[in-house]
Amino acid sequence: MAERGVQWFRFAAPARFYGLAGRLVPWLAGVAMLLFAFGVYLGLAVAPPDYQQGDSYRILYIHVPAAWMSMFLYLLMAAYAVIGLVWRIKVAQAMARAVAPTGALFTVLALWTGALWGKPTWGVFWVWDARLTSELILLFLYLGYMALHAAIDDRRRADDASALLALVGVVNVPIIYFSVRWWNTLHQGASIRVTEAPTMATIMFVTLLVMTLACWLYASAVILARARIEVLEREHHSAWAQAVLEKPE
Amino acid sequence: MTEFLAMGGYAAYVWGAYGVMALLLATECWHLRHRHRALRARLRRLARLPGLEEGT
Repeated sequence: MAERGVQWFRFAAPARFYGLAGRLVPWLAGVAMLLFAFGVYLGLAVAPPDYQQGDSYRILYIHVPAAWMSMFLYLLMAAYAVIGLVWRIKVAQAMARAVAPTGALFTVLALWTGALWGKPTWGVFWVWDARLTSELILLFLYLGYMALHAAIDDRRRADDASALLALVGVVNVPIIYFSVRWWNTLHQGASIRVTEAPTMATIMFVTLLVMTLACWLYASAVILARARIEVLEREHHSAWAQAVLEKPE
Repeated sequence: MTEFLAMGGYAAYVWGAYGVMALLLATECWHLRHRHRALRARLRRLARLPGLEEGT
């Protein structure tokens, strides 16, 4: 790995990753906190009430970014798992495992806020419609991935087995995304599409954007922090890890 | 202020959503910090044991 001519791999070297991620995490977390504060202020105090839903729609400023993150993080986890499976890159294996708990957290948040929004809007906390059910399956996939990894003692086998599970589960992500178009669901369709102008007021769109960016930075910070722990645990016999442990932090 | 907290009659739903989000994110951060410290402490202890290799 340290041979000349393979510069690219250096970025994937655990020692380099540990240092780089350690420098990035405080910045990502700091900016995420500022954006969360700004986004919550916009969402609760600045944006006007919806003309039909009143103030209950403010829940969507959490619900929509959380639901987006839950799907995006699953794809990210599966991508790292496959990179780890095929090319045996240690940092990718650690990253795949580091993404899962945060992905599960955002899935729980999407389901929870969805239920709290659904009750005043639809009259029910939960219905077994395609969107809600497939999102619940996403949570089970995250939990299954984590449980499978934790159940296998040999780390290499655990990485491989859970990578396959993550890969198979990818089929669920387009099902969640397109469920509102493929089936008649109680859940509404998308208000924001890449190809069209958003069908909502500018302040609402900006608030959603700020909250999404905050979630994205937050996820980056905690995932990198968790991957560092994962890498240190996996590499603790190596010289660089021993050197890191010598230094106080 | 009271009007703001009432959220147009949807206080329980809106604050329930924002509160749980704050709680979940704070818990995750706290848990990571705790896990990192515990791991470092465990590995330091391990490094001080001469000639002993960890089982896993």
